[in-house]
Amino acid sequence: MALALEGSQALARTVALCRPQVVAAYPITPQTHIVEGIAKLVADGHLACEMVSVESEHSAASVALGAAAAGSRAYTASASQGILLMAEVLYDISGLRIPLVMTCANRALSGPLNIWNDQQDSMSMRDSGWIQLYCATNQEAVDTTVQAFRIAERCELPVMVCVDGFTLTHTLEPLELPTAEQVDGFLPVYSFRHGLDPADPRSLGTLVGPEHFSEVRHAHHQAMMRAQTEIEQADADWAAVVGRHCGGLVEARGDPEARLGILTLGSVLGTLEDAMDSDPELPRARFIKLRSFRPFPAEALRRACEGLDHLIVLERALSPGAGGIVGPEVQTALIEMAEPPRVHNYAAGLGGRDLSLDLYSRIVQAVFGAERPREFAIIDAEPDLLPESDR
Amino acid sequence: MNEQPLHDLDTLRARQPRFRGLESGHRACQGCGEALAARLTTEAAGPDVVVANATGCLEVFTTPWPQSAWRLPWIHSVFGNTAAVAAGMEAALKQQGRATQVLAFAGDGGTFDIGFQALSGMMERGHDVLFVCFDNEAYMNTGVQRSGSTPHAAMTTTSPPGELRMGKRHMKKDILSIIAAHHIPYAATASVAYPSDLRKKVRRAMDTEGASFLQIHSPCPLGWGHDGAKTIEVARLAVQTGLFPVIEMERGELIGTLPIREPRPVSDYLKLQNRFRHLFASEYRARKELEHLQAIANRNIERFELRGVGPETYDTEGADTVHRGGDRWA
Repeated sequence: MALALEGSQALARTVALCRPQVVAAYPITPQTHIVEGIAKLVADGHLACEMVSVESEHSAASVALGAAAAGSRAYTASASQGILLMAEVLYDISGLRIPLVMTCANRALSGPLNIWNDQQDSMSMRDSGWIQLYCATNQEAVDTTVQAFRIAERCELPVMVCVDGFTLTHTLEPLELPTAEQVDGFLPVYSFRHGLDPADPRSLGTLVGPEHFSEVRHAHHQAMMRAQTEIEQADADWAAVVGRHCGGLVEARGDPEARLGILTLGSVLGTLEDAMDSDPELPRARFIKLRSFRPFPAEALRRACEGLDHLIVLERALSPGAGGIVGPEVQTALIEMAEPPRVHNYAAGLGGRDLSLDLYSRIVQAVFGAERPREFAIIDAEPDLLPESDR
Repeated sequence: MNEQPLHDLDTLRARQPRFRGLESGHRACQGCGEALAARLTTEAAGPDVVVANATGCLEVFTTPWPQSAWRLPWIHSVFGNTAAVAAGMEAALKQQGRATQVLAFAGDGGTFDIGFQALSGMMERGHDVLFVCFDNEAYMNTGVQRSGSTPHAAMTTTSPPGELRMGKRHMKKDILSIIAAHHIPYAATASVAYPSDLRKKVRRAMDTEGASFLQIHSPCPLGWGHDGAKTIEVARLAVQTGLFPVIEMERGELIGTLPIREPRPVSDYLKLQNRFRHLFASEYRARKELEHLQAIANRNIERFELRGVGPETYDTEGADTVHRGGDRWA
C-alpha cells in the first residue's frame, strides 16, 4: 500500500527497518527530519538502538566509525557544512574500510550561507573513497538505503546515499515502504571481520609508511571498482523482493531512439521527463540517470550512451576555475567509444534555484546544431544582475 | 653451565607477573614517559578492553605497519576525534550487551586542544569511557610545538625565547577544572613517578560507571630536554614542587591528593630540563619568570592543600595518598 510520506520520514522508517544499533547525528544547518524520526522510534521503543546526539558532525562520523568498528551496524545523516566538517573522518572511515551508511541530504556549501539544494557537498567528497549513490525519487531513496547497507557490508566500504535536500527530503510523495520481513530477509545480521574484539585483538588504523601505502590505496581502488558488481546485484536482488529497481549503476530512460542524451544525478530527472512529456513538439531525449557516481561506471555509461550524437551533462555543482565536475569524467569515459557523442556540460539549480519545466527546452536549444561542445556555463545564472566587472 | 639466553622473549614474557597490553619492542625513545604511562595503564586495565587512540607519538611508535605493540583491540582514527570514536565503541558494546570496557588514549594536544570538543561531548553524554591524557606538555610527535598544556615560560619550537619573549607567554590550561565542571563520576591526575597510585586510579576509573578522566604527567626526554635516565626523577620533582598536583575528584569535588611532605623549589625541577634553560640566565626577566613559576607552584599547594606531614614515602601501595572522607578505595 502506498503511503504519503515526507522523504525524511520515509528514510527514518527505512533506516529503522535496517536495524542499526548505533545512530549518531548533529543538527548542523537544519538537519533533516531523518534522525529526528529515528530518535522518536528509539524513544517509543520501536527500535533497539543507541541514539547518540553528538556535539558536532565531526563526532557524528566518529561515533559511527567507532560503533561499526566495535561490531554494530551504524548510521548517520548529514549535509552541506556537516559533510565538510566530517571530511577528515570520512576519508578515514573509507581508508579503514569500515562499512557504514550515511544519508547526504544534498545542499549547497557556504559562503555565502545558503541552506538549499545543490550537490556541491557530496561532490566535494568525490575522492573520499566512499561509494556515492544518487536518488531520483524518494522511493529510490528508500530502496537505495536498504541496498546500501548490504553493499557497504559486503564490500567493506562506506556508502553515501545522496538525496536532494528539500526537493526530496522535505517533500511528500506516495511511496511503498518495505516490510520488516522483506528487509530482514535481504539484509543479514551485521558483521565486520576486522572488528575490535578482545578475544582476537587487532590494531586498526596503524601508521602505514611509503613501503605499504600505495598498496593500501590500490586495494581500496580495486574494492571500489569491484563494488560495481555488488551495486547492480543488490539492486537486482532487492527488485526480486519488492518489485522495484533503482537503475543499478546507470540507467537509460526516455526515448531510446533519441540522438540527444541528458545525463543527470538526483531528482532533476523527474522535472526533465515531465517537461519532455508535456510538449510533443520538443526534441526527444534519452535520459541517462547516473546513480553510481563512485564507483564511476565507465563501461555501463558507454553502453547507455550508444548511438547518441550529443550528450548534455547537467549537474548541480561545479569546480570554479575549471567547470563541471561530472562532465569531464563522462567525456573521458566516452572517448573510448567508436563514435562518442559531443559532451556539453552545464550546471543549474545551484543553492536551491528552482529548476522549472522550461529548463529542458533551454538546454536542448543551447546545444542544438552544435558542431563542438558548448562551453561550460551555469545555464540558469543571470549575469545581468551582476556588476559589469563580475559578468 | 646451561645458561638461558638473555633475549629469549618468550621466557621473559612468561615471567611477567601481569597482563601486558602494550608489549616491548615498540619504537619509543629511551626514557619515554608516555610509553611507561601507557604500559601501566593497560596493565591495570586488563585484557577485556578496547582502545581508541588519538594521533600522536603513542600511535606512531606502537604501530608501524605491519608491526603492532598492542595486545589489545586498538583503533586509531584521526587526531581530534578519539573521545567520539570511544563513545561510538561504548554505544555499540552497550547495545550488544557486552561488558568490555572502553579506553581512550590521547596526548595533551588531543585532549586540551584539538580533541577537547569531542571530549567535552563524550563526558556530557556520560559514556562509560575512561579517557586517559598522556600529558607531555607539547606536540612532541610533530617536533615539540607548544600546546594548551605547555607550562608557562617553557621553550618549544613555537614558543622560543628571544629578545622579546621568555618562552610560552600563556599559562598551562587548567584542564582538570574544566573536566570538574562536567561533574563526571571520577577524574584524577597521576604521574609515572608514582606507578601504584596510577594503577589504582585506572582500576578505580574502570570500576566507575560513566565517563572518567585520568591525566598522567609523562615526561618527554626529547621535548623537555632531559636525560632519558632521569624521567622518573623529573616526573617526581614536578609533583614535589607543586607544579603538577596529583589529585582525585568525584563529581567535580576534590576527594584526595598526593601530599607533598617537603616541597622542593621549582628550580630543582626546571634546571634538569633544557626547555627551561633560558630561565637560568643571569638577567632580570629570567629571575622574574622563575619567581612566577614558584608562585604558580605555591598556589597549587595552597589551592589543593597539598602540604603533608612526615617523611616522603614515595610510592608504596597507597600509603602516600590522603583521602578526605569516605572509605579508602585501595
